[in-house]
Amino acid sequence: MIMGSKAGPAPILSIENLQVSLFTRRGVLPAVDGLSLTVSAGETLAIVGESGCGKSLTALAIMRLLPNPPAKIVGGAVRFMGRDLAALSEREMQRVRGKDISMIFQDPMTSLNPVVAVGDQLIEAIRRHTDVSRHEARDRAIELLRQVRIPDAERRFNDYPHQMSGGMSQRVMIAMAIACGPKLLIADEPTTALDVTIQAQIIELMKELQSSSDMGLIIITHDLGVVAEVADRVAVMYAGRKVEEAPVEALFERPLHRYTRGLLGATPSAQRRRGSRLVEITGNVPALSDLPQGCAFQNRCPDVLDRCRAERPQLAPLLPHRSAACFAAEKELSRDAATIGA
Amino acid sequence: MPLLSVLSLCVQYQSAQGVVRAVDDVSFDLEPGETVGLVGESGCGKSTLGKAIMRLVPTSDGRVFLDGDDVTRMQAGALKASRKSMQMIFQDPCGSLNPRHDVGTIVGQPLSVAGWSRRDIKDRVIELMGQVGLPADAMRRYPHEFSGGQRQRLGIARALALKPKVIICDEPVSALDVSVRAQVINLLEDLQQATGVSYLFISHDLSVVEHISDRLIVMYLGRIVETGRSEDVWDRPAHPYTEALLAAAPIADPRTARSRTRSVLQGELPSPLNPPPGCSFNTRCPYAQALCREERPMLRDVSDGRKVACHYDLLEQPAALPRVARVAN
Repeated sequence: MIMGSKAGPAPILSIENLQVSLFTRRGVLPAVDGLSLTVSAGETLAIVGESGCGKSLTALAIMRLLPNPPAKIVGGAVRFMGRDLAALSEREMQRVRGKDISMIFQDPMTSLNPVVAVGDQLIEAIRRHTDVSRHEARDRAIELLRQVRIPDAERRFNDYPHQMSGGMSQRVMIAMAIACGPKLLIADEPTTALDVTIQAQIIELMKELQSSSDMGLIIITHDLGVVAEVADRVAVMYAGRKVEEAPVEALFERPLHRYTRGLLGATPSAQRRRGSRLVEITGNVPALSDLPQGCAFQNRCPDVLDRCRAERPQLAPLLPHRSAACFAAEKELSRDAATIGA
Repeated sequence: MPLLSVLSLCVQYQSAQGVVRAVDDVSFDLEPGETVGLVGESGCGKSTLGKAIMRLVPTSDGRVFLDGDDVTRMQAGALKASRKSMQMIFQDPCGSLNPRHDVGTIVGQPLSVAGWSRRDIKDRVIELMGQVGLPADAMRRYPHEFSGGQRQRLGIARALALKPKVIICDEPVSALDVSVRAQVINLLEDLQQATGVSYLFISHDLSVVEHISDRLIVMYLGRIVETGRSEDVWDRPAHPYTEALLAAAPIADPRTARSRTRSVLQGELPSPLNPPPGCSFNTRCPYAQALCREERPMLRDVSDGRKVACHYDLLEQPAALPRVARVAN
């Protein structure tokens, strides 16, 4: 499998053929279908896709926090530093969660306990995984609040979540996530609920923390602007499957999958001036209960081929360091190759 | 004469802690067929301004003229008649459609309020469904049977029903996925081409606003800090807050995103209950001077159609301004 990364060390996380199903009244739905991914130390992987594509379920599956019922891992492996997380007992998993792998969520307000001061929540996170006194943990907690740039950290230590703004609460969540020096941080839409100036602050903070710690980072987002700012590598998901993966510059320069292409065209940007029409992806994402035979994107695809309706495209290494599951892209690239050959 | 003219509009809220001036002395015009984008972060008063223009929230001072008639002074009967000319689209297409009514009833509601006959309503609703790209048989279905993007189309169809001259769009695409967002933006642009309707387009998303708007209004803590033609404001922001907003907006292009040196705005929005004295942006402004802390800058003309509320706007000799380094903590 081609998994090009700049650093090239062995991956700290490797997901192999992950299958997550939703057990509903309408039947068993393949919410994540055969997903493989890797993340190396110091690397940022962005998982991009629209609502319902399975990106958040993937994160929860790694953390073993899937809401069961209805969601359940039904196949594949999640290897973290060589260990299969899916095979760990709940007790063993608790030692991994928050220590080796941390997660931050979209809405910091619902992730913090409203009746406990933020400082005490931090102390709890620290003492759960490290054998330190309450006093030492307090010092460490204040240090962490400073590290995530909370002004007047000693005083804010005693604040309750409702006394903090959305941006400040997200900083607290980040402080809590990095409290035990995780090797992997998963951030699920970490800036979606924030205003744009605060979003920029949080993005800068995450980049900074990562560069000083060599932590692997998975950022889950629907926002291609955020992807362009932070990612090294990008995986695009559609209807439960990874449809394209590429280094970030390559992806924006030449998206291969027609869905990726549509997403980029549908994003207004300063480069495309006013007056030019946005590219539309017609129609809607198909329901998981009603996936067509063949490619899941066929009904919205501008370049659909007969083959796309008959056969489901598999992820293939179409160019160095990148892969896509798209027959139209394959055809286009082989035509390019033929032109060059002739 | 402008189609919509807002003059020194103020909206105040009384809270337990004191008075919040949610909209403070806001004036602007909207011309026929024009799109004016209203941007700012949460709490800047942009949605309140939209609602105040519609008289969905009471105003404490100022006037709103629609086609020369003062909306703020209208009695109930006249106000109802004015609704024909001015309609609104909301952010949450789900929360603004009655789940117990079928789509035909929802979209036809403004028509029945205006006293249309059932037959005429039906014909018009069929026409509207076509205009917003939904099948006519959707009329008999209920809101929950539609996706987010389709529901927003229903909201648009309802707003269009009485052929208004102005539609106030309050974050109409913020709840939608990227691919569907583009569909709705294109639809709004097509409808403007076809009907000549004007939009006041309220959004926190700068790239969307810049794409759709002829002119931009930037608000901060209830006041307009800058206004001008969309390209001008985007290319050369005059107010430091506009500059900071543009710098903070992520760019969907990795090379540009990484090559720019961006100054991230420090600090957070001050409490609207207790705005700082002088310029309300002075606590976060990298260029703030003594004067900015003492005297509030008035919105003044700086160039053709451009207005800015800043003592030291960035269009004049930006290099002469000492840039005060500010670090949080």
